[in-house]
Amino acid sequence: MSETDAIPEFKRGGTTGEVGISGGMSALAAGPGIRSLREVLAIVLVAVVIIGGTELLLNLFQVPQYVLPKPSEIAVALVTDFHLILPHLGHTLVELLSGFAIGATIGLILAAVITQFPFAEKIITPYILLLVTTPMLALVPLLILRFGFGYEPRIIAVALASGPMVMINAATGFRRVDSGKIALARSYGASTLQIFWKVRAPMALPMIFVGLMVGSIFGLLTAVGAEMVGGGFGLGNRLTSYSSMIQMPQFFAVVLILSLLGILIYVLFFLLGKKFASWEA
Amino acid sequence: MGANREGRLSGAASQPKLRVRDATKVYSTRSGDLLAIDSCSLDIRAGEIVSIVGPSGCGKTTLLWSMSGLHKLTSGQVLLDGVPVDGPSPEIGMVFQDANLLPWRNLDANINFPFEIKGTKPDRAWIDDLLQRVGLGGFGGRFPRELSGGMQQRAALVRALSFKPSVLLMDEPFGALDAFTREEMNQMVEEIWLDTRTTIVLITHSIEEAIFLSDRIVVMSARPGRVASIHEVPFPRPRSLEIMATREVFDLTNTIKMEIIGEQQSRYARPSSAQPAQPSV
Repeated sequence: MSETDAIPEFKRGGTTGEVGISGGMSALAAGPGIRSLREVLAIVLVAVVIIGGTELLLNLFQVPQYVLPKPSEIAVALVTDFHLILPHLGHTLVELLSGFAIGATIGLILAAVITQFPFAEKIITPYILLLVTTPMLALVPLLILRFGFGYEPRIIAVALASGPMVMINAATGFRRVDSGKIALARSYGASTLQIFWKVRAPMALPMIFVGLMVGSIFGLLTAVGAEMVGGGFGLGNRLTSYSSMIQMPQFFAVVLILSLLGILIYVLFFLLGKKFASWEA
Repeated sequence: MGANREGRLSGAASQPKLRVRDATKVYSTRSGDLLAIDSCSLDIRAGEIVSIVGPSGCGKTTLLWSMSGLHKLTSGQVLLDGVPVDGPSPEIGMVFQDANLLPWRNLDANINFPFEIKGTKPDRAWIDDLLQRVGLGGFGGRFPRELSGGMQQRAALVRALSFKPSVLLMDEPFGALDAFTREEMNQMVEEIWLDTRTTIVLITHSIEEAIFLSDRIVVMSARPGRVASIHEVPFPRPRSLEIMATREVFDLTNTIKMEIIGEQQSRYARPSSAQPAQPSV
């Protein structure tokens, strides 16, 4: 009755980063949070040692630039050629965002609908699995034949790569029915739609974020891959172009941008998941 | 105090609050049909507390869920104020075996849940009063994972009473709590009941709990569940924990316990009675 009986049971998520979003999410969010200045210093120090060490070793052994450019050369290329790379980054982002938006929307709707009909789910799931496991890059030459060298084949490829990923994870979320919670909602006279929005959807949310995260990373891979196959623009196109011209510093500058883009996506969904699905910590 | 097999109103001045008539429920399972309850009849007067006890698997929960309108009866009827129940009713509040709080909502939002579903406005003063009473005042911002098991179950009780139902159905509400917390909860239920006079039907495995809380105790037979007997509990209210140590309570406990054990054994005895008799020499 008093407050005292509860105190030992409190599990307050105190420090940032310690709280994994969910089983699936925490697998992706492996790193712990940063807590003190000492940790920050250690992280910076390790980074300096790795980058500086690479620079030093490449200098020491006189490794030619076309084999592996020095970090300093990559940094210079990144700054001086950034204005040349930027438009391509824009193209890649357009493909990624529109493809992912289409794929994720269809994936989410499909997941929400088919999990309501177990029989339909049994029929559809093998095809979705097929879409998940087939590298969508394989379809790009075909898509180019049909749609030309513009945005279309790339956007379609991104949608095809990310949609099934979103779907399969979201479906796992929607399938996690807690019959007790549904009975609770029903006891208040909830409609099927109310049960969906107020019970099933919030319950699926952590898995939906996992799906969005994995799907968007798959989308990025596919966008860049598709750009490498054909067409005159996009970061993937820059990679093939710079490597064919043996402009290795520029090549690595693009790789660096792609890495940062991937990390940005990851952090975005991690934070979103933490904000909206941290209850499952 | 004697067993009253019919379970009818003696005075019959007013119609029963809740009337179960020839309730029969058959579940279709893979291994065939399962008769859970068979022609159960039971009248519950307005403002009384009735406990249902019986061997496990005897269909207590089925009976309660049928009363709440969450389960459809195969045959028979449940009447609330003379009107057949054929779905969840706003007059009925339900407390489940586990607290069944939605983990993504804090305490306030959990208590608000029934009102969101029903589209009605909560009576804040009433809810705050209930929260104070069960010792949860000021905990509105806490999430379920931050509350102890007892606190969660108290919150569930507040949620069930928040919309002022005239009938409260409780399905082994305190089964997962330790003995002391359980006694505390029992006292709290009685205290609230003395004010509200809500009709309460309670399923429990604890005969002590049944005696402490109830006006009448219904003993159900082994599956298929029927009403085996009904015991009046004559002790005056408010009941103190001291009466639990009296001779009368001891005797009543024993009587009910023996009945339940008898029911359990009759179930084990049934298959052998179906075998052909040994030929006598």
